Amino acid sequence: MTKVKGAIVVDTEVCKGCDLCIPVCADHVISMSKEVNRKGYHYAYMSNPEACTGCTNCAIVCPDRAISVYRVKVSV
Amino acid sequence: MDILDIIKPENQVFCKSRLMTDATLSYCPGCGHGTAHNLTMEVIDEMGIVEDTIGVAPVGCSVLAYDFMNIDMTQAAHGRAPAVATAIARTWPEKYVFTYQGDGDLAAIGTAETIHTCNRGENIVIIFVNNGIYGMTGGQMAPTTLAGMRSSTSPYGREIETMGSPLKITELVANLPGVYYATRQAVHTHKHVRKTKKAIRKAFENIRLKKGVSFIEIVSNCNSGWKMNPVESNAWMEENMFAYFPLGDIKVNGKLK
Repeated sequence: MTKVKGAIVVDTEVCKGCDLCIPVCADHVISMSKEVNRKGYHYAYMSNPEACTGCTNCAIVCPDRAISVYRVKVSV
Repeated sequence: MDILDIIKPENQVFCKSRLMTDATLSYCPGCGHGTAHNLTMEVIDEMGIVEDTIGVAPVGCSVLAYDFMNIDMTQAAHGRAPAVATAIARTWPEKYVFTYQGDGDLAAIGTAETIHTCNRGENIVIIFVNNGIYGMTGGQMAPTTLAGMRSSTSPYGREIETMGSPLKITELVANLPGVYYATRQAVHTHKHVRKTKKAIRKAFENIRLKKGVSFIEIVSNCNSGWKMNPVESNAWMEENMFAYFPLGDIKVNGKLK
C-alpha cells in the first residue's frame, strides 16, 4: 500500500501571519508561531508535520505565496 | 520518513509562480489581491503566453501591480484601464491584453470606460476585484458598499434612500452584447481559488476566439477597511457579500445564464 506524505516550507520573512492557511488545512498541520519575523508578524509553521499530505490547499490560499509544498509517495 | 527526505527539489509540487517578482506585496495580511495576482500569473505561465501578454494596472490598492507581476505592464489613470487596454488590443490584435482593477476604479470613476469598453466588445480580459470599499484611501464608501455597511464616509451605515443601492456592475455589463464571458468568483478558500483559476484560464482562452470582453469579478475581503481580522472578514464576506453578490457564472459563451 502506498501512502502520500507531504511537507511545507514557509518563507518566514514573506509570511504575514494572516491565518488563512489554518482553516483550509483538513489535517490540522499548521499553527502560528510564537516568534515574529522581521516585520513583526507571527508566521505559519508545521506543528503537526506527520499529518501533512501535501494537498497544496494552504499554499493556494496564501495571498503572499509564502508556502512551498513537497509531496512523496511512500510504501507502507 | 524524515521531513528533510520529503523537502527535495524533485518532490516540489507547488511554489510561487516564476512570473511574480520577489518584491514584497504591499497588501495587508490576508488580502485577496495577492491570491488574484498569483492566479493570473500562474494562468499566463501555464498557457505559455508570457511574451504576448500585456497588463494594465489601475489606481487603488493594486496600483503597484506592475511591480509584482513580472510581465509587460503599464498603468492607467484612475478608472481608465479599459480605455488604455482598448488602445493596446487594437494596436496589437494578436496580444493578450488584460486589466486588473478594483471596485473604486472600475465601478466608480471608471464606470463610463468599463461600460463602453464592454459595449464595444473589445477583445480583452477584465479582472475586477470587488471588496466593497475604497481600501487604499482609507475605507471610504464605494458604489459596491453594501446597504447598512459602515465605512469612513458612511459612519452610520449606507442608507439606500440617499446613497443608492450597491452596484452590481458584473450583471450590468453581462447584459451588453460585447461581453462574451462574465463570472463572479472568490479567492478566500481553496475551492474558490481553484474555480477562480479555471475562470481566469477560460477568460484568457477567450481572447483567441476574438468574441469580446471576458469579465471576471473576484469578491474579496478588505480586512483593514472592514476593521476585522482576515479570518473574520472572510466569514463576514461569505455571510453578507455573497448574499448580495452571488458567486457563479453570469454569462458563458455569449449566453446569459
